[in-house]
Formats: sequence, C-alpha cells, structure tokens
Amino acid sequence: MKDLETDTFLRFDNVKKSYDQKNLVVKGFDMDVKQGEFITLLGPSGSGKTTVLMMLAGFESVTSGDIAISGQSINKTAPNKRNIGMVFQNYALFPHMTVAENLAYPLSVRKMPKAEIKERVAQYLALVELSDFGNRRPGQLSGGQKQRVALARAMIFQPSLILMDEPLGALDKNLREQMQFEITRLHKQIGFTVIYVTHDQTEALSMSDRIAVFNDGVVQQCAPPSELYERPVNAFVADFIGENNFIAGEVTRTADGFAKVKTDAGTIAARPAEGLRDGAACRVSIRPEKLFIHPTDHAYDNALTVKFNTRIYVGDFIRYYFELPDGTDIIVKVLNDLAAPEFDEGAQAQLLSLAKDCTAFPA
Amino acid sequence: MTNISQTLAPEDARNAAREVRRQRLKAFLFVVPLLVFLIFAFVAPITTMLYRSIYNPTVANLVPETLTALEDWSGEGVPDDAVLIQFATDMKRMANDRTSGQLADEINRALPGMSSVTKSTARDLRRVEDTDIATNGAALLLEADDRWGEAATWRAIRDAGAIYSASYYLTSVDLERDRDGNIVQRDTQIYVQLYTKTLKMALIITGLTIILGYPLAFFMAHASSGLANFLMVFVLLPFWTSLLVRTTAWIALLQTGGVVNSTLQWLGIIDEPLELLYNEFSTILAMTHILLPFMVLPLYAVMRGIDSSFMRAAISMGSSPLGAWSKIYLPMSLPGLSAGALLVFIISIGYYITPALVGGTDGQMISNIIAFHMQVSNNWELAAALGSLLLLLILVLYWLFDRFVGTDNLKLG
Repeated sequence: MKDLETDTFLRFDNVKKSYDQKNLVVKGFDMDVKQGEFITLLGPSGSGKTTVLMMLAGFESVTSGDIAISGQSINKTAPNKRNIGMVFQNYALFPHMTVAENLAYPLSVRKMPKAEIKERVAQYLALVELSDFGNRRPGQLSGGQKQRVALARAMIFQPSLILMDEPLGALDKNLREQMQFEITRLHKQIGFTVIYVTHDQTEALSMSDRIAVFNDGVVQQCAPPSELYERPVNAFVADFIGENNFIAGEVTRTADGFAKVKTDAGTIAARPAEGLRDGAACRVSIRPEKLFIHPTDHAYDNALTVKFNTRIYVGDFIRYYFELPDGTDIIVKVLNDLAAPEFDEGAQAQLLSLAKDCTAFPA
Repeated sequence: MTNISQTLAPEDARNAAREVRRQRLKAFLFVVPLLVFLIFAFVAPITTMLYRSIYNPTVANLVPETLTALEDWSGEGVPDDAVLIQFATDMKRMANDRTSGQLADEINRALPGMSSVTKSTARDLRRVEDTDIATNGAALLLEADDRWGEAATWRAIRDAGAIYSASYYLTSVDLERDRDGNIVQRDTQIYVQLYTKTLKMALIITGLTIILGYPLAFFMAHASSGLANFLMVFVLLPFWTSLLVRTTAWIALLQTGGVVNSTLQWLGIIDEPLELLYNEFSTILAMTHILLPFMVLPLYAVMRGIDSSFMRAAISMGSSPLGAWSKIYLPMSLPGLSAGALLVFIISIGYYITPALVGGTDGQMISNIIAFHMQVSNNWELAAALGSLLLLLILVLYWLFDRFVGTDNLKLG
C-alpha cells in the first residue's frame, strides 16, 4: 500500500477484474488522480481501459482491490449515488426529450426547483454555445452538437468526476479536433476532473495531463504526454505511441548513461531502458522525425548506413523509406522544403541521429 | 462560352418527365401481381360483404307481384283479397319450384314460427287447381293457417320484400323498427353485449401479453445473442405448430379429467374438478398463449435497438434504475409496445378458432356469432352487417390509436 498523498482525489488500489472467473481483464490497476487532473486511459481495444472506466462508474463490479474518491471507498456505492458524470461514445442523448429536457434530467432527478433548473440549463447551453438549440430534439442536431449537449449534460449536475468513453470516436477528423479543443477549454474553465478513455493517441497526447497506456490489462506507463513520447519505458509504449523505427542490435557496453549498441548498419549510442544488460540482444527505437539524412547542419552522435528504397510525397512533409542491411524498413520524415534530398533507387545514404533521441530496449 | 441557362430547355424537361414516367410504370409493374391478388382476395370480398349487409333481394325475387299488390295496403287489418289471391298463386308456384323454403326462412326471421306455417301452406296449395286459386285463393290461404289473417304477418312480408334495408344493422346493435317506424330496443339484447364482451376480452388478452411479453423481451434484448436466439426459438415455436394442435392441447390440459385438474386433485388441493374449460377463462388463457409472439417480436426488435448506454447515462446522472426505466427506457420502447398491443388487440377482436373450440357458450366472441349466422342460421345479411360493424370498430380504434399514440410511433421490426 502506497502512502496516501494529501491531494489525491481518486485512488485505484490494486484493482482487478475478471468476467469469467478464470482470466483477469484488469490485472492490478494502481493510480492516484489529483483534483482537476485530465487523465487519459489509452490502449488498444480489449486492453481493459473501458472496464476500468465501467468499474469506476459502477456498472461493473470490482473483483478485488479498491476504488476510493476523497478517501472514501465507492466499491459498494450504487452507480446512481456516485455523482459521476459520464459521456458516452454514442452520446446517449434521450431521443424523446428536447435538448433542454436532456440537460434538465439530472437536475430534476435531484429534485431541484423548476426555476433553478431553467436557469442552470440556460447557463450550460450558453457554455457549450448551443443557446438557440434548447427546443430541438437530439435527432435534429449534428454530431458535434450532440457531443456538446452530451458534455453539458455530464457537467450540469456538477459531478465530482467526469468520465468520457471514447467521446469523439464517432466524429470525423475536423470535428474531432474542434471538440478536443472544446473539451480542453471547458476543462480549464470549470476545472473538473476527467478520466478519458480512447484508443486514439493523438487525442490522448493533445488533451491529457497524464496518460496511462494500457496493454493486456496492465498499465505499461503512466506519464505526461511529452515524457511518454520522448522517454517510453518499454518497447510496447515506444511502438504504440507515435511512429517509431526499431533497429535490432547487441549491447556492447554501457557507460556515462548511454549504451553502445552494435548493429549491421553501424554503432549507435542510445539511452538504455530498464532491464538492459551488456552483451544481450536489444532493439533501438528512433522516431522518424529524429533521423536526419546526410548532409545536414544538425549535430549528431550516430550514423547509420542504409539503402534508399522509395519516398512518398505527403504534402507538408515527405516520407523516405530506407532499408537496413537485414531488410528492416527505416522511415524518415523530412519537412517538405528545399533541403529535401533526391535519391536514385538503391543509392546508399547516411542517417544521423542524437544519442538522446535513441532508446535501447531489451529484445 | 455560351450562356448557361438556369431554366430547363423544353426538350430536357420532356426527357426528365419521360424518365419519371418510366420509373413509375416500372414501380407499378412490380406491384401488379399483389394488386390483382388483393382485389380478388380482399377488396372484392369486403365490398361484397358490405353490400350484402344492406342488399337482400330474396323475397323481392320470390314474390314480386305480391309485393307490388301490397304497396297499396294500409298496414292495418288483412290486405285485400286480390293480394291474398296473388300470394296464394305465388305460393303454389314456389311449392312447385321448391323455393317456398327460402321464403319461409326469410319470414321466419322477422316472425318466429312462420317457417312451418309457410311450408305447410305451400304444401296445401300445391294440390289446388290454378283456377280454384284464382277465384278462391284468399279463403284457401286463411283456411290453411290463421296467421295469414294477421296484419303482423303481412307487415313482415312487406318489410322483408325491401331490397335495400338497414334493418340488419339495427339488429346487429340490438335495435328494430316498431310498427310506426320508430327505432326501439329489441326485446332480446345479444349483440351489443357481445361486442362489449369481445372488446373486454381483447383488452384483457392484450394486457396479459404485455405483462408476460415485456419482461421476456427485455431479458432477451439484453442477453447474449446466443441465449437470445435460443429463447427466440421458444417464442417462435408456437408459430410453427398448428393453431388447432395448440388449442386442442389446451383442451387436453384443462378438461374436467385433464392434466391440470387431475394433478390438483392428486395433490389434494381440490376435491372437485374445477370448471376450467369452455368458459371465458379458457378462451383468454389459450388466446394469450397463441398471441404472445405478436407482442414479443416487435418489442424485442425495438428493445434490441436501444443501447444499454441510455439506461447507464440516466443512472450515472443520479436516477434510480426504476426511475431510469420509466422515464427513459419505457418511452423508448413504446413504439414496440404499441405495435405489439395494436397487433394483439386487433387480432384478438376478430379471433374465431380458439373461442369456438375452448370457449363454450361463455367464451364466445363476436366472430363466433358471425360464423353462426353464416353457417347455421343462414342469415348472411346479418352476418355481413355484424362483420361490417366489427370492421368499423377496428377502424375507429385504429383512428383513436393514431390520434393519441400516433402510428408514426409504430415499429414492427
């Protein structure tokens, strides 16, 4: 048991869940969430993130472990007594009620006086910029508008916590970005605590204070976005978050906080991940945008000799595909400016990188 | 560059119109077989039935001259000898044609007991010479039976002679015209009572199918699809078994020495066998069983489409599960509920086989009386009038339903 920090608002303590009495879907989930934090649970489908959310909301029972809000265990609290707002992927707006009635529902359940309800509904409609839409039915709204109503409905009873289960999953790319901005704005403005579930890493990276990366029922890493991207603790996180190149090699020695890795294409100095041992096989990860093609003005520690395969024009940048001697593909992203080089097919090239941008994981 | 016109050139408009016509024709051709079938199997019989209920030329065809002669009759006392002689002539002709029985049936409907009178008179007159009837017909007729001397008999013949008449509709709501043509209550009240009972039973059956079907549909809609499909087989099973088999199975269960009674007796719960069969109870029980799928299927189809997140959303907002069900789930499942209720109600209003087999006298519904008039009493006109009223009743109920619930809300799958 960890020490209870004074500012911990929500705590998961070794939470486990099994549906079939044989396999654990969530295998010992620990997390402390501070008041007002924006936490994202990120992972491939079936990794247990939604199960954690459902246990928190009370729609799934906790097999073992404890979930506590403000130091009070909520394991035994009925879902309707938890005071947790929730936004669903399909919005779950009640189709037979108008937008205003939808917003008023949680308030009328709480037996708030009619006049006060009306005032509060107007206030929250204004907050999500839908003041003129109170009398519409959900069926008459666009996807983005529905999403905003769902958000307002989850916030209107001022819950201690708001859960969002892939809320932007049904929106197209432009709206998605708009709504990300919207959610971030409301979060900053009102200061509620959010637990957000998604499998979309861009969404997670751009919105969260901290991200918990799930795989196979276990949290692989829980860290702020930049740390997750720049310093992944294991190969799964490095691979799952963003794009990455993996180069197979062997650790020769570790010194001054850097590991020397011998590969077919040259020797690389890289940050060692936990569990890396001298003389063992390893994989070095380098982001496509952290690789530079020789000649360049950039400072560099490592140089790899590779063969040019092809390049794909994407618009704002160009993706170069190179091949290592062992046949592994290496992708390099280069800004589409005058410096973007041309190659003949099969030409030799040198890829340069900084040691701090390379991470060596045990294979 | 030529200027681009906003309006359609005449030729383009013609082309577009031709295209539309061609599509309409194609659509029409698709439905032609069904249309023909419907006209023969649906529109024509119903129209005939409606017509039949007001159109009855039997008497008019049998004794046209008598009816013409009766036109001058005041309606009081015995008609002139000329009328009687004409009728006697007609009777002899009918006796020889063997059509006097038809007339006997028609008159008997208005005046019970006239059937045998008419038949025996026809038999008597057959043996009399034509010349004798022409001179002495009136006396012969009165001699054959006293009732030919009563004004009521002739009024009955005169009224039965009307080709178009609303009297069958009056009869089917237990009304009749008295001697002065005023509409009054009939002495025997049958049909209004029967309509009311039919409505009541249909309502009870609909209510029972809702009580039994709603929780089942709810459970199935939220079960895993494997379990739901397995249960669906049991819901559909009644559809795959013959209606007669199902109904007779109820007879085997409910009769005096049947499974239910003998089990209860063996358990010592009852001493005497219960009267379970041939009453309203058995009719309602068997019909609820038979009509249950009509309630479950639309309910299940609608509930299957209601995502569990709606209930969860309501509960997360602080609503109790029961409150969330009544405020959120029930209104959302209403299309299926109203479709099922309407289906069950309308089917049960006109149901025939089950009440006929297990209803006894107590559990008869309006359709059984219609069948009785079609098959036993041969009063097709009254059967048609009763059937038309039933149709009207259903249309009115449907209209009310549309008015208060809205047929837009219906969802059958």
